[in-house]
Amino acid sequence: MTPILFAEQVLNGLQSGVMLFLMAAGLTLIFGVMGLINLAHGALFMVGAFAAASVAGATGSFLLALVAALAAAAGAGAMVELLVIRRLYDRDHLDQVLATFALILIFSEGTRWLFGSFPLYLDVPPWLGGTVLLPGGIEYPTYRLALIAVGLLVAAGLWWLNTCTRLGIRIRAGENDREMIAALGVDIGKLYTVVFALGAGLAGLAGALVGPIQSVQVGMGEPVLILAFVVIVIGGIGSIKGALVGGLLVGLTDTLGRLLLPALFRLFTDPASAASAGSAFASMAIYILMAAVLIWRPTGLYGARA
Amino acid sequence: MSRERLLNALLLAGLVVVPGWALWADEPFTITLATRAVIFALAAVGLNIALGMGGLVSLGHAVFFGIGGYAMGVLASHAQSYTPLYDGLFTLEGTKAMPVIWLVAAAASALAAWLIGLLSLRTSGVYFIMITLAFGQMAYFFAISWPAYGGEDGLSIYVRNGFPGLNTLDPIQFYGICLAWLCLALWGHARLRRSPFGLALDAARQVPARVQAVGLDPKRLYLVALVISGAVTGLSGALFADLNRFVSPSMLSWQMSGEIMVFVIIGGVARLFGPVVGAVFYVALEHWLGGVSDYWQIILGVVLLAVVLFGRGGLIGLVCGKERPDA
Repeated sequence: MTPILFAEQVLNGLQSGVMLFLMAAGLTLIFGVMGLINLAHGALFMVGAFAAASVAGATGSFLLALVAALAAAAGAGAMVELLVIRRLYDRDHLDQVLATFALILIFSEGTRWLFGSFPLYLDVPPWLGGTVLLPGGIEYPTYRLALIAVGLLVAAGLWWLNTCTRLGIRIRAGENDREMIAALGVDIGKLYTVVFALGAGLAGLAGALVGPIQSVQVGMGEPVLILAFVVIVIGGIGSIKGALVGGLLVGLTDTLGRLLLPALFRLFTDPASAASAGSAFASMAIYILMAAVLIWRPTGLYGARA
Repeated sequence: MSRERLLNALLLAGLVVVPGWALWADEPFTITLATRAVIFALAAVGLNIALGMGGLVSLGHAVFFGIGGYAMGVLASHAQSYTPLYDGLFTLEGTKAMPVIWLVAAAASALAAWLIGLLSLRTSGVYFIMITLAFGQMAYFFAISWPAYGGEDGLSIYVRNGFPGLNTLDPIQFYGICLAWLCLALWGHARLRRSPFGLALDAARQVPARVQAVGLDPKRLYLVALVISGAVTGLSGALFADLNRFVSPSMLSWQMSGEIMVFVIIGGVARLFGPVVGAVFYVALEHWLGGVSDYWQIILGVVLLAVVLFGRGGLIGLVCGKERPDA
């Protein structure tokens, strides 16, 4: 294994980490403010990817596709919030799980009905195609580097939103005491819709951004959703900082585990069984990380409240 | 309460009469459907012990279902290829005998439930839901990437496993076995609810702090409930794999966990016969809607949403009133 390969894998890990952060940030925001567990977050990721793929196919513009993905996912999120989610805030988690599971069925089959079962493809825009030469002689795809940059920018934007704007103050106040801010004259229903749409938009953006790396198909959201859950459990529910740190940890553990574990097993056994055992255990690495964090800190790295 | 008992008796009678009718009318497919429903009901009875009695929202019960399935797959595949499972200090052979397979399936799932419980019960609430879901995915991906037993393609068994004195290849006889297990599990669940353990668990679900104050450890009660629950669901997994003569990672998928939970909820959480109503309703709906439209899951989603939003207490709740049957 060369240092260049290792560095590339670290970058891949960062890239998948920031994409997980986009998903996890929305989930953790929604949970933090409304106390809602939303399984349908993966469906909004899928909505974003499909919107981007069809707009890019029709217009050829990647930027327009991103805008469409954001708008479609945020719009779908706001609609779902008004029709269904709104009724779930004062229910227990079991009802929330079931209702959002039902939403997944509706979204997945609806998308299959509209677009068919075959995957769509979203191309990397030409101005982000090719590779860049990084210091140390690493050649890395420009698009993936751009993903890392976008992810970090969104993280900074969320931090700004949360600390420096009126909406951020309301969100934080909503996390702490919803009755009090309702009594102060903030329309809490509207605030919830905005927060839900914001989270949904982030998921849709993530879906559109990873569209060119993987194929756009029905059911693409759920694996990411479950990884985002792992991220939130590690980072602590309700904490955006936790979502970022957790996302990067999970992304790096996953990619480096796939690289290093087979190599590690090769020290003990023959190459064939080392490869199979290594890949089997590499697919479990992030869950082992999660278990370890839980033993150490049952509420996650940055989760203050149980 | 008497209304619910009447309903339960009617349901049980239906589970005997409908396949009996199918046998008389020579409709083996109906028997297979009924077997499927009964096995799903058994899986959901398992979840109902953790969810209804203990309030543990486990979104990872497919782990136990799948482990039961793979217990059957691994033992039977070694038996059909005449290769020992382990050949070292001693020799461990595969088997085609259902009783042994059931024992292994239940024991392996119970062990898995104990391990998962030890870790995930350190937390509660939403964390617990997410962690059980994550452990489910871990098992799923492990099964996919472990090539020894079929990996992503799964494992096929040529002939259904045997039970002494019965011809398990005959659909109605295999149905009988599954129904017997379901009745046994329902009886066990009913006994468990009235046992000191069941009462303590019920209390631990409602007010953990008070249970702790009288000297019982709620976490331990939850853990025991999860182990019993896992063993029952694991057993149903072995039966399900035997029904299809096939086991694949899809038995471990998180959709499976969701479906098992849907059975419990549609029927009614914590109702003794809730899982039976839910599973029968689901299988019937799946069969009927599958003929109506390829996109039947949309309708299923809408029905499920309606049950959650408007019909609290599930189908049994609609018939027998919304009181939680805390007997």
